[in-house]
Amino acid sequence: MLKILKYSFYDLMRSRWSYVYFAFYLLLGIVLLFLNNDLSKAVITLMNVIIVLVPLIGTIFGVMYYYNSKEFTELLLAQPLKRSSIFLGQYLGVALSLSMSLILGLGIPFVFYGLFKSSAIWDFSLLLITGVFLTLIFTALAFNIALSNENKIKGFGYAILLWLFLAIIYDGIFLMTLIMFEDYPLDKLSLFGTMLNPIDLSRTLILLKLDISALLGYTGAVFKQFFGTNFGLVVSFATLVLWVVLPILRIVFKSKKKDF
Amino acid sequence: MKKQLVFLVVILMAFSSYAQNIEVCNTCEISTLKKAITIAKDFDTIIVKKGTYKEHNIIIDKPLTIIGKNYPVIDGELKGEIITIVSDNVTVDGLFIINVGTSYTEDYAAIRVRRSKHFVIQNLVLEKLFFGIYLEKSSYGKVYHNKIIGDAVEEYNSGNGIQLWYSNHIEIEHNYVEHVRDGIYLEFSDDCLIKNNVSALNLRYGLHFMFSNNDEYCDNTFENNGAGVAVMFSKKIKMTNNTFKENWGTASYGMLLKEINDAEIIGNTFEENTIGINIEGSNRITYKNNNFINNGWAIKVRGACYTNSFIENNFLYNSFDISYNSNVNDNIFDRNYWSNYTGYDLDKDGVGDVPYRPVKLFSYIVNRTPETIILLRSLFIDIIDFSEKVSPVFTPDNLLDNNPLIKKITW
Repeated sequence: MLKILKYSFYDLMRSRWSYVYFAFYLLLGIVLLFLNNDLSKAVITLMNVIIVLVPLIGTIFGVMYYYNSKEFTELLLAQPLKRSSIFLGQYLGVALSLSMSLILGLGIPFVFYGLFKSSAIWDFSLLLITGVFLTLIFTALAFNIALSNENKIKGFGYAILLWLFLAIIYDGIFLMTLIMFEDYPLDKLSLFGTMLNPIDLSRTLILLKLDISALLGYTGAVFKQFFGTNFGLVVSFATLVLWVVLPILRIVFKSKKKDF
Repeated sequence: MKKQLVFLVVILMAFSSYAQNIEVCNTCEISTLKKAITIAKDFDTIIVKKGTYKEHNIIIDKPLTIIGKNYPVIDGELKGEIITIVSDNVTVDGLFIINVGTSYTEDYAAIRVRRSKHFVIQNLVLEKLFFGIYLEKSSYGKVYHNKIIGDAVEEYNSGNGIQLWYSNHIEIEHNYVEHVRDGIYLEFSDDCLIKNNVSALNLRYGLHFMFSNNDEYCDNTFENNGAGVAVMFSKKIKMTNNTFKENWGTASYGMLLKEINDAEIIGNTFEENTIGINIEGSNRITYKNNNFINNGWAIKVRGACYTNSFIENNFLYNSFDISYNSNVNDNIFDRNYWSNYTGYDLDKDGVGDVPYRPVKLFSYIVNRTPETIILLRSLFIDIIDFSEKVSPVFTPDNLLDNNPLIKKITW
C-alpha cells in the first residue's frame, strides 16, 4: 500500500494541478495578509474560503484522479496486490498531496508574517486541522462516488451535487426546519444538525474559537457549553474522524466486490 | 491708610483663629475622628495623619473640612456605615476607607451624604465596600478623583459604587469604579454632569440611569461590565464622547436605552460589544458621529422606536449593522459610512449611488428564531442575504440609507 501511496503522491506532486492549487492558497494567504494587516481578521476571512473551497476542490480532484488513473488501476489489479491497498494507496496519495498544498500554501505566508509570535496561532492551527479533515472527508466521498459510477459524467454530476448539498442545500433545509419548529426547544436539534454535516461542524468549531460565541446569546449557551469544553472538542473531532473512517471503509468494501 | 491695614490684619487674625486646624493621629491627644468632630467648631479643618482608625458610624453634622494626609485608613471593621454627612458645606479629602458592613435591610455606604448641599468628596480610595458613595436628597455637590474598588461577586448582595438618589446638580468627575454592582447609579437625579470617569468590570451596569432627566455624561470609559450602560425612563440626556468597550457576553450590550426620549448620542465609540446599542421604546433621539466597531450587533431595535435619526456614523465590521424586529420603520438613516456597503460612486461626490440596506434578512430570521444564529457565516445565508438585498420582502423596504458615504467619516 505504501508503495502505491508513494507512487500516487509523487505522480500528483509532479502534476500541474497540485501546483495551481498550492499557488492559489499561497496567493490567497499573501493577498489577505497584505490587505488586512491583521492576523486574526485574516483568519476569519480564510475560514469563509476554507469551508467552501476545500470540500469543492477535494471532491472534484478526487473524482478526477480516479477516472484519470483508471487504466493504471486496471493494470495494477492484474498484479498480485490486495485490492484495498491499491485503492487506499491512491486515496491517501490524493488526500495527502491536497492537504500538503493547503498547509504549505497557507502556512508559508502566515509564517513569514509572524505567526509564531502572534496569539492567532491556535486559531490558525485549528483552521488548518479542519481544512485537512475536510480534504480527507471529501476526497474519500469522491472516491466512493467514482467507484460506484462507471460513467464519468454521472460521477462528476453526483460529486458536484454532493458538494452543493453539504455546502448549501443542507443549511437551507436546516434553516427551514429550525423556523418550522421554532415553538419547540431547538438547542438539541440544532446541535445535532450541526454535528451531522462536516462543513457545518467545521464552521461552528472555528467560529466558537474566534470568540463570536457571545453572539449566540442565551440560546447559544448550549453550544458554548458543548463546543467550548474539551469534551465538546473531543466529540467534534471524533465525529470528523468518523466522517473520514466511514467512507474509507466503504471504499475498501466496495473495491473488494467490484467487477472491473 | 495705616489704620485700615491694621484693621485688616486684625480681621484676618480673628478669622484664622476662628477656623482652626485640628490634628488627628494615633498617638495624639485626639486619636479618633469622632472625637475631633465633636470638639470641632463650624468651618474648622480636621487633618487626619497617616495611621489606621477603627471607626464606624462617624456622623459629620457641622460644616467641616476633613483632610487625610498620606491616605490614613478608616477601617469600618464590617460593622456598618462609616461616614455620614448631614451638614451643608462639608469637604472630605484623601481618606482610605475600607470594610463597610453588608446588610440586607439597610444600604450601608462608605460615605453617605444626607439632605446636604455644597459638599465636596474627593481623592478617596474605597475598598471592600457595600455601597461606596451614596448621595441621598443632596444637591450641588462634587465628587472628584475617587477610586472605588469593590469585590462584588453576586448581584443580590452587593452595592453600587456611586449612587445618587433624588440628588440634583451633582458633578462626578475623574472617578474610577470597578468590581461593584452598578458603577454609577442615578435615580430621580436631574441636571448632573458625569465626566471623565472609568467604570469597568462591574457586575451589572457601568452607569445606570433611572427616572433622571437633563443629565449629561461625556468622556467616560465603560469597559467589560456585565451589561454595559443602561439608560432607562429618562428624558433629555446628553451622551457624548464616551467609549463603550468589550461588554461581551450572552446578554451584554454597550448601551441599553429603554423609554428614553429626546436624547443626544454624539461622538461615542462602541467597540467589541455583543450588542452596541439596544433600543426599546425610545423616541426622538439623535445619533451622530458615533463609531460602531467590531460589534456583534451595532444597533438592535426592539420596537416602539419612532423619529430617531442616525446621521453620519461609522459602522465598521459589525456582524450585523442593524437588527429590526418589525417591518415598520419611522427612523432616518442618512449619510453614514457602512463598511459592508458594496455600491459604487460613479459621479465621485463621495456619496454612493445605490442606497444601502442595513438590515439583512438573516438578522430578521435570527430575531424570529434565535437558534438559527448557528448558521452564521454559512454560504447559504450569504446567498439569501444577497437575494433579499436585491428585492426586499421581509425587511422594511423604506429602511435604507439613501446617501451612504464611500469613505470613513472623520470629525
